[in-house]
Amino acid sequence: MTAGHEHDYAGRTALVVDDDPDVLEQIRLFLERLGFRVLAGESQAEGEALVDGAVPDLCIFDLMMENNDSGFVLSHRMKKKSPQTPVILVTGVAHETGYTFDAATAEMRRWVKADAVLDKDIRFEQLAAEIARLVQQ
Amino acid sequence: MTVETLRVLIVDDEPGMRQGASRVLSRHAQTLPDLDVEVRFAVETAADAAEALARLTAAPWDLLLLDYKLPDRTGLEVLDEIRTRGIDVVTVMVTAYASLEVAVSATKNGAFDFLAKPFTPDELKTVVEKAARTVLAHRRALALAEEKRQVRFQFIRVLAHELKAPLGVVDSYLRMVQDRALGDELAAYDRPVERALVRIDGMRRMIVDLLDLTRLESGQKRRDLATVDVVEEARSGLEGVTAAAADRGIALELHAPATLPMQADRGELGIIFNNLLTNAVKYNRDGGRVDLTVRPAGDGGVELEVRDTGVGMAPADVARLFGEFVRIKNEKTKGIEGSGLGLSIMRKLAELYGGSVAVASEPDVGTTFTVTLAAAPQGTEP
Repeated sequence: MTAGHEHDYAGRTALVVDDDPDVLEQIRLFLERLGFRVLAGESQAEGEALVDGAVPDLCIFDLMMENNDSGFVLSHRMKKKSPQTPVILVTGVAHETGYTFDAATAEMRRWVKADAVLDKDIRFEQLAAEIARLVQQ
Repeated sequence: MTVETLRVLIVDDEPGMRQGASRVLSRHAQTLPDLDVEVRFAVETAADAAEALARLTAAPWDLLLLDYKLPDRTGLEVLDEIRTRGIDVVTVMVTAYASLEVAVSATKNGAFDFLAKPFTPDELKTVVEKAARTVLAHRRALALAEEKRQVRFQFIRVLAHELKAPLGVVDSYLRMVQDRALGDELAAYDRPVERALVRIDGMRRMIVDLLDLTRLESGQKRRDLATVDVVEEARSGLEGVTAAAADRGIALELHAPATLPMQADRGELGIIFNNLLTNAVKYNRDGGRVDLTVRPAGDGGVELEVRDTGVGMAPADVARLFGEFVRIKNEKTKGIEGSGLGLSIMRKLAELYGGSVAVASEPDVGTTFTVTLAAAPQGTEP
């Protein structure tokens, strides 16, 4: 967690959904330090309700929750409702399955319905860089 | 019925023999009803030892019909060469000089069978059928080994993932402390430190479960069989969860005779009770109850039944419950920790007693696990 970004995103809202309560807590603390107001959900079901009730400035979704594609589902739902809302998918799946995908090309972004894909071992500097790229300060 | 094609190489210096045998086998379809297979033959030929060895080395073959007397070398020499080069093929030695001596040394050198010239098409088919059975058995053993290998790989992949997730969490909490991310108040770090310890504890439990499971699967776990009072073990199992149950106002009740002796390993019974009861408490509702019933089952066995008033499970979840690392994730189970190995362990233990684990569940009503253990444990150490 790098210091020095405090309050850069004051007044912005982030929606975070992850079924690991500790990962959720860590991302929440990190985003709050950047100035975000954070809406947090612990499951795909909670996430769906949050997606329906808000238009956040940033979404961070875990890929595998109750279902293997929970993050895709949430992403799709968010983009359908608000195509300009940036979505970051967090996944540990690529390493374990050898199945890889990313959001580097427009084609892949259309397919995975996300603007960035990050590995589950979250590097917060990398997360900060993605947020800086995707969210206007 | 599946169709399997065997690659056959016929080696003979007489063109008539090559063509005749080749024609018989190419047109032949051998059904093996017991294996549920129809075997067909893709036949090719070679006229001498040099050509035969070149072809055997170039591609895999299932079956070799090898003439004993070849222009450049004897069939025995070819067999020798096959063995030296480590070529995997079932060989039938064919010869006009059907002597016992040749048969014996061919068999010693790795030939599977022996066919005397001249032979009728039926004789050829009979010998080939026998050889085909060996080839198929070999193939199936290989396929089974490969399947086991893949299951193992899958297990290791999931295990790696299950251990990597908490490591990442602990790592992030430690970095928060290192970077003073929550300010200079020491108390602000109490929760991150506590959560890191909880996750490390979870990893430790998973490793303990994993070692139990590995010992069970490898059959290396020492079993200490003696006459054990199952009711006493049930009581001590209940004691183990009393504190956790009390915290959440969950009532525990034992329904059992005064004593119920059986031949068993105390440690194994302890693991079974612990798994059953921790699950019943973990997945219960606050203020709920757990009923543990111990009763004799026919022929000196026992039946252990644990009924809870917890969150229950949908039929689809029950179906996948016994998979390794499977944990039912939904609104009602969030925040519940576990390795996802407990039921696998319990089932393997029950199997050691020639027993089984059954589960009945209804969402929001509760779950009942029934473990049946037979009297005479199997797999007893000498």
